[in-house]
Amino acid sequence: MNAVPENTVATAPDLVTEHPDSRRPEHFTRSTVGWLPWLAPLTEDELTPRHREALVEESRARMPYFALLVRDPDALEARTRTDFDIFHNTEGGLPRAERELAAAAVSRFNGCVFCASVHARLAARFSSRGEDVDRLLAEGVDTDTGDRLWNAVVRAAVALSRTPVEFGPEHVDELRAHGLSDIEIGDVINSASFFNWANRLMLSLGEPVHPHDRPGRTASGRATPEGDR
Amino acid sequence: MTDDLVDRLLDITPGSPLDRVRAARPEARANARLSHRALIEPADPGGVPHATRALIAVFVATLHEASRLGDHYEGLARERAGDDAANTVVALGEWARAHGPAGRHREDGLVDESTDGPTLTVSDPERALLGEAVATALEHAHLLVLRPREAGPDDLRALAAAGWTTTDIVTLSQLVSFLAFQIRLVHGLEALSTRTEDARS
Repeated sequence: MNAVPENTVATAPDLVTEHPDSRRPEHFTRSTVGWLPWLAPLTEDELTPRHREALVEESRARMPYFALLVRDPDALEARTRTDFDIFHNTEGGLPRAERELAAAAVSRFNGCVFCASVHARLAARFSSRGEDVDRLLAEGVDTDTGDRLWNAVVRAAVALSRTPVEFGPEHVDELRAHGLSDIEIGDVINSASFFNWANRLMLSLGEPVHPHDRPGRTASGRATPEGDR
Repeated sequence: MTDDLVDRLLDITPGSPLDRVRAARPEARANARLSHRALIEPADPGGVPHATRALIAVFVATLHEASRLGDHYEGLARERAGDDAANTVVALGEWARAHGPAGRHREDGLVDESTDGPTLTVSDPERALLGEAVATALEHAHLLVLRPREAGPDDLRALAAAGWTTTDIVTLSQLVSFLAFQIRLVHGLEALSTRTEDARS
C-alpha cells in the first residue's frame, strides 16, 4: 500500500492517503462510526482567520471532514449554514425526528454508512423509536417502519434521491394525506435533498471506520462526533 | 427580479405559497444562494475555472434530466466555455444518462445489495476538445451522481493525475454534490407547487 505522508504537497506524486489498517464497518449501524479522509485536511497551523470563520464551530477545526472541506471556505460555510437551518430550525414545520428520518433514509439508499449512523441515532433519539430505525438500517428503505407517516416520509425521500428524480405530486399527496402542511412538506424536500449533497462528499472523500476501531477523539483528533454530517 | 436562481426558475413571487415555504427556512434559502455563488459563480475561481464549473453544472443537470436548471446552465456554459464545449458536454450528458444510485457497496455485509452501475469514459476526440482536466472532472461527476458509494482513492488519484490539486478536488466534489442538492430542491418545490394548500382549496 502507499506510504505517502499525510501532508503531501502539490509536487508529490500522490495526494491520496489510504488507510489499509483501518477496519471498515460490515453493515449499516446505529453505533458511532468513524471517518478517515483520503485527502489531507488543513492542519490547525494552516488555518487562516477566514478558514476559522468558515468552519462556523471552532471544534470543527479538529474534525478531518470539516478541516478538509474548509480548503474551499466559502463553499463550506454556506453548506454548513444551509444544513443547520434545515435540521435545527424548529420554528414551525416538521418535527426533528422526521427530518432526521429523511436524512437516514437517503443515506441508507445512497449507501453512506457513516451518514446513516449519525442520522439514525438522531432519528431514534428524537422519536424514541430505535427499533423501527434499526429495521430501516437492516432491511433497507422498502421496509415497513410500522408507521404510515414514516413510510410516506421514507418513500418521498427515496423518490427525491433517485436519478433521474422520481418525486412527484403523488408523493406530495401522500404526505398531505397524513396531515403535513406546505412548510412540513418543504422540510421533507429540504432534508432529503440536503443529504444527496452530504452523502456524496462523505462517500467520495474518505471512508467509514468500524465502530469498535474508531480512533479516540483526543488521541488523534480524527473521530467525528454526533452532529457531524 | 430576485437574484435567487431557485426562486427565479420556479417563478416564486413574494407572498406565494412557495415563497412562504422557503421563507420558513430563511438561512437555508440564503445559503443555498451563497453556495451557488461560491461554487458556480465565485468572484475568485481559484484553481477551478468558471468555464469548467459551468460545463460540470450542465453535465450534472443533463444526467438528471433536470430541464429548468439544465437550460440555465447550458446558457452559462455557452457563455463561459463556448458552443463547441457546451454542445459536446450536453451530448455526453444525454448519452451517459442512467438510473441511480447504483454500484457496489464497500461493506462486506451489503454485497447482496450491490448492483452494477454504468461507468463513463470520455472518448479521445472529446478529451482533445475539452482538455484532460475537464474530461476527468466529468468522469468523476458521473461517478458521484450515479455510483457515489463506489467512489474510492483511485478516483481521486485520477483527478490529481489530470492536474487538479487537493483544494481543487474539494471544490469539484462540493460542486457536483451541491448540484445533486439544488436539482432536487428545484424538482421537489416544483412538485409541491402543483399541490399546495392554496391549490387544493
